[in-house]
Amino acid sequence: MDLKPSEEQQLLIEAFGALYAKESPPERVRAAEPSGHDPDLWRRLRENGVLEMAVGEEAGGWGASMLDLALVAEQHGRFLGAAPLIEAQVAARLLARAGSPAAQTALASALAGDRLTTLALHPPRQGLLTMVPAGSVADTVVFVDDGQLWSSTVGDARTPVENIGSLPLADIRVGEEAHLLASGPEVEALFEEARDEWLVLMANALSGLGSRSLEIGVEYVKERHAFGVPIGSFQALAHGLADAATAVDGGGLLAREAAWAAAEEPGRFSELAPLACAFNAEAAREASYRSLHYHGGYGFMLEYDIQLYFRRAKAWPALFAEPSALYARAEGHRLVTRSGEV
Amino acid sequence: MDFRLGERSETFRQEARDFLDEVLTDEVMDQMHRTGVHHSWDFHHHLVERGWLAPGWPEELGGQGRDPLEMLAFMEEFHRAGAPTYAVGTTLMVANIIRHLGTDDQQQLVIPPALRGEIIIVLGFTEPESGSDVAAAQTRAVRDGEEWVINGQKMFTTNAQEADYVFMLTRTDPDVGKHQGLTTFLVPLRQPGVEIQPVYTLSGERTNLTFYSDVRVDDSLRIGEVDGGWDVMGVGLTLERAGDHGGESIRLLTAMEEWAATTADDEGRLRADDPDVRARLGRAAAENEVTTLLCRRSAWIHASGGMPGVEGSMSKLFASEALTRQSADFVDLLGRDGIRSQGDPSAPAGGAADYDFRFALGTTTYGGTSEVQRNIIAQRGLGLPRSR
Repeated sequence: MDLKPSEEQQLLIEAFGALYAKESPPERVRAAEPSGHDPDLWRRLRENGVLEMAVGEEAGGWGASMLDLALVAEQHGRFLGAAPLIEAQVAARLLARAGSPAAQTALASALAGDRLTTLALHPPRQGLLTMVPAGSVADTVVFVDDGQLWSSTVGDARTPVENIGSLPLADIRVGEEAHLLASGPEVEALFEEARDEWLVLMANALSGLGSRSLEIGVEYVKERHAFGVPIGSFQALAHGLADAATAVDGGGLLAREAAWAAAEEPGRFSELAPLACAFNAEAAREASYRSLHYHGGYGFMLEYDIQLYFRRAKAWPALFAEPSALYARAEGHRLVTRSGEV
Repeated sequence: MDFRLGERSETFRQEARDFLDEVLTDEVMDQMHRTGVHHSWDFHHHLVERGWLAPGWPEELGGQGRDPLEMLAFMEEFHRAGAPTYAVGTTLMVANIIRHLGTDDQQQLVIPPALRGEIIIVLGFTEPESGSDVAAAQTRAVRDGEEWVINGQKMFTTNAQEADYVFMLTRTDPDVGKHQGLTTFLVPLRQPGVEIQPVYTLSGERTNLTFYSDVRVDDSLRIGEVDGGWDVMGVGLTLERAGDHGGESIRLLTAMEEWAATTADDEGRLRADDPDVRARLGRAAAENEVTTLLCRRSAWIHASGGMPGVEGSMSKLFASEALTRQSADFVDLLGRDGIRSQGDPSAPAGGAADYDFRFALGTTTYGGTSEVQRNIIAQRGLGLPRSR
């Protein structure tokens, strides 16, 4: 057992930590609102190979592990990166695994940066994909419908959606212009794997978001005085932050374990990914809520950064499902494993 | 990063499982539930025979020199099985203090018989007027030549009726600051003046209130310096963090999953197919994984030569609060059947939810209440000012 990042992992954390600190400080996050997309940040991330690292060497990438991607996602969350990191990585990985010539072509243009390619987390209903992550800025959306993997040009088919998380979302109509990339019984399994990967990377992003929210709150209650003492000396606040810190610490361990399991304990990945996302969604929500509330009236003002965290803690995971639905998804896998053992 | 405990630990885990399958019979478990006594001499002796009373101790002292990660795997299995290890834990905690702070004579007196399973030692810290504020102990020890005379009361002296000694925190100087006038003794329990009064708890566990009237203890059984009891307590608490590995929660979830997979609702639909049931079981699964990881983090820090302080508080706080939440939710989930008592043969899920609904309330208190743990996390972990 070793919970310390390896030397390479530590370098990765530091390199992306420095990139985000420079390219995604709170003023840049604010400047990117409400569209939620910072083209300069996305360009810098692309230049640093975030898409190449996501796909295997045989598909023209560098073949980083899920854990490596998770460590980058954690920094993305800490700095509220206004860029479509996770969905673009997961879409690229799905295209690489689909393997068909059409999928390879789509992957090549995604990797070359010609077309920003995202993934719809849910199948279309009556030809409409709703709340597509990065939908308002993507060129191509990849989606699965009834055992078939498709790609579709977004263009005029999208209706951008204003939202609480200032995310670049859109509802996208898909129809005859969509290209079939692959079909067959394996497509649903590929899609579920991609969805689990999105969940595990989101879990790690939320872990970073929760961790930074807590730091902001702790800094504030040490500085702010009321009744002649720092407000952090009141147990009512200290205990709320202690609970949040415990959940954030535990959530961080769970998020990293889930990412680690992708390669090292694949039999548990589909259980751990939704568990990690749901738990971190709740931990990040609690940490950002406590921190915001302990700012008193200032927390309610847009001027203070904590509101940026509070809104995203709720919005980011909601793109997939509420925590209860994710817990149910994980439990479904547990019950199947259990019946296999009985 | 690597989340595996390692091959040696997993081998040891499997050996522990096989041992528990064989030795932790229904008889032992039934007796424990019937009497409320979480100690079984039979089980205790099986552990000694196997060399497993203190596998983490050095071989020359009767242990096996197992490392902290092996011990973690071992303890995870014992907790998951619900094995009666309270007395093992308290005896080893005190033996460990004596190993670090005791005189040669004290070590000879205590360590070999403790590791041979011949004696057990219980804790005498809490009093009717002091729990979390342990340094407020009022039980008096007054010197009389080569002996000390003890008068007072101790609460939650669990297993005193089986034990040979109580490791007691006493007040030797009432005129100085409360942390300064304390002294610790190893007090023989089988002597006149000791009265043990059973106390029954919400979970059915039996503990005790113990009274000490002119009880005499030789100065050779004083551990540490006169008025140096607080330092001894500090060493004791550093050596032995409250060891909770979430085993109770894991057993509860296993029982509930079994129930969900085999029980139909009024419309004939399997409970496990209901998304709400799944969500509630899944939430507990997430919490149990987090408890396991927080406990493993502490063991890993220990194994890497560090001393888990705040981390130990986090795992204790999280494990006990999660069990409290889950057990209450599971009683609800079982509907009106949820309040059937554990002892009643008709109780669903073997009565696990009912039992833990009651048992959990102890876990948020012993070994430092949740509020004490939160203070530690806030002050030492987050660097917040001392609070009241």
